[in-house]
Amino acid sequence: MKRKVIMAVKLVLPFVGIGISFLLYYLIDNNGKQKLTDHPYYLIFVSAVGGVILLEEVIGLFVPALKKRILHKAPFLTGVIIFMALLNTVTSKTTLLPTLYFPSLDRIIGLLVENCGFLLENIADSLGLLATGFAWGAVVGFFTGLALGYFKPVAYWLTPITKVIGPIPTTAWIPLALSTFPTTHGANVFLIAFAVWFPVTLMTSSGIQSISNVNFEVSRTLGASTLYQIIHVAIPAAMPSIFLGVFYGTVSSFATLMAVEMNGNSSGIGWYISWQKSVMLYDGVYAGLIIIALICSLTLTILFKVRDRVLTWQKGVIKW
Amino acid sequence: MVGEIIIKDVHKKFPNPDPSGEDVLALNGFSLDIEPGSFVSLIGPSGCGKSTLLRIIGGLDRATKGELYIDGKEIKKPGSDRGFAFQGSNLFPWLTVEKNIAFGLKARHIFKEHKREVQEYIKLVGLEGFEKSYPHQLSGGMQQRASLARALVGHPAVLLLDEPLGALDAFTRMNLQDEIINIWKEHNMTMLMVTHDVDEAIYMSDRVVVMSARPSKVEAVIDINLPRPRARAQDTFQEYRSQILNVLNLGGKVDEVEYYL
Repeated sequence: MKRKVIMAVKLVLPFVGIGISFLLYYLIDNNGKQKLTDHPYYLIFVSAVGGVILLEEVIGLFVPALKKRILHKAPFLTGVIIFMALLNTVTSKTTLLPTLYFPSLDRIIGLLVENCGFLLENIADSLGLLATGFAWGAVVGFFTGLALGYFKPVAYWLTPITKVIGPIPTTAWIPLALSTFPTTHGANVFLIAFAVWFPVTLMTSSGIQSISNVNFEVSRTLGASTLYQIIHVAIPAAMPSIFLGVFYGTVSSFATLMAVEMNGNSSGIGWYISWQKSVMLYDGVYAGLIIIALICSLTLTILFKVRDRVLTWQKGVIKW
Repeated sequence: MVGEIIIKDVHKKFPNPDPSGEDVLALNGFSLDIEPGSFVSLIGPSGCGKSTLLRIIGGLDRATKGELYIDGKEIKKPGSDRGFAFQGSNLFPWLTVEKNIAFGLKARHIFKEHKREVQEYIKLVGLEGFEKSYPHQLSGGMQQRASLARALVGHPAVLLLDEPLGALDAFTRMNLQDEIINIWKEHNMTMLMVTHDVDEAIYMSDRVVVMSARPSKVEAVIDINLPRPRARAQDTFQEYRSQILNVLNLGGKVDEVEYYL
């Protein structure tokens, strides 16, 4: 009985939050300083969120797994809705915060909706750049790491060079890269690739070097050739470490992406943020930040999904 | 019958980790003939070079001096005529039981023709139902069984066992001893096992080779003339045990013991 009441309360909570959002929105007068939007975008957004929650709750009546999930999430979602309601109240109803730097939620969400096409173009540019740079960096990094980790003469000659060049912050390369590469795009790809290359190289080679020698001995007694050993022992055994390298590389590629887009680029989300800031349109800055957050978080989610598939044999190390 | 090993005057020197020190002589003229199809145990004080010898026979290390032959062929590197069961199971953690066992067949590019054997050996070591499990999901004994199957799957003439049961609890150990004996009987192979357990050596072997301390050679070869299957609680066990322990100078003399008391 008691459990059922708690369950019902949890399921209703998000809608209470939405009700409070509406009340605060309509019962308190605007401070008159925020630019007004054509539609109440913020309320439309909150209602849409409510719609999705309601839909999940209805389907949850028939799918127990979904019901469990929504019960788990409901209090958190309520918290988010209440936080947004408070934020909107503070920014558009009071004068506690400077209006210039803290636009109302209506303006931020409205901008995301009204400039959707333009933003999508920039998102596509950013993602294209990120993917190209990442692919180069990961592939070159993997093979460099493999050579350094497996072949001692290569390690002898190249480890010192890697140790000196690798730790240079990518942003320090920007001036040189921009002036030496024939195109800005080429320079950008190089810089992002560089950001990914170093951690992948380092973690691949150290992953291979720390493989217990007995693994190689076992495979030799089982008749494995050197190539077979590299592919079927060295690489899979080093995979957890390689993955860590890819993870570090991905995180630093985000930072590099923003740095290059904000320096001398004319497209991409990073450029958009710095352009909006320069014309004092902070709703654009926030919109850009929201997009970046979504892109980065989504990329890491995909990365960890891939890892869970590849490393089923290993128990989780980093949780995401 | 195949699986004959001839070891002639094998020496093995290791470079001293201290560059100014002298090289360490691990094996000093070790000679032994192992008949095809026999079960031989190597026993000796720790650090005496038992494992080194086994590694040389396995082709993982080279002898500094001396000759080794398996069925008339000189041993220079690992080959499909020898299976090697390592100390601890050392399964590849990224492969399932099935794929661990199939590793040798795939590495030698004969997997397609011998696919059926994998299942055969899984059954032989009693791991049916665990084909798709990863090593970390298995108990120590099961891991060791899988590791044995992996070493056996190419039908080697000789199985080299480097303290294969050392890390297991007493009961699992005894079970696996019996299973190894059964596999040996069924497959008519030569078994050469390094162990530090005197009882294990007596229980399992036709011959026990006692090695001296480093630089080591053969100290004594003791034939175990007990009918199989053997009972662990046999009286005659005791005689063999004291014989071996005396060779190892671990028998203990009554008066000395009294002195220390």
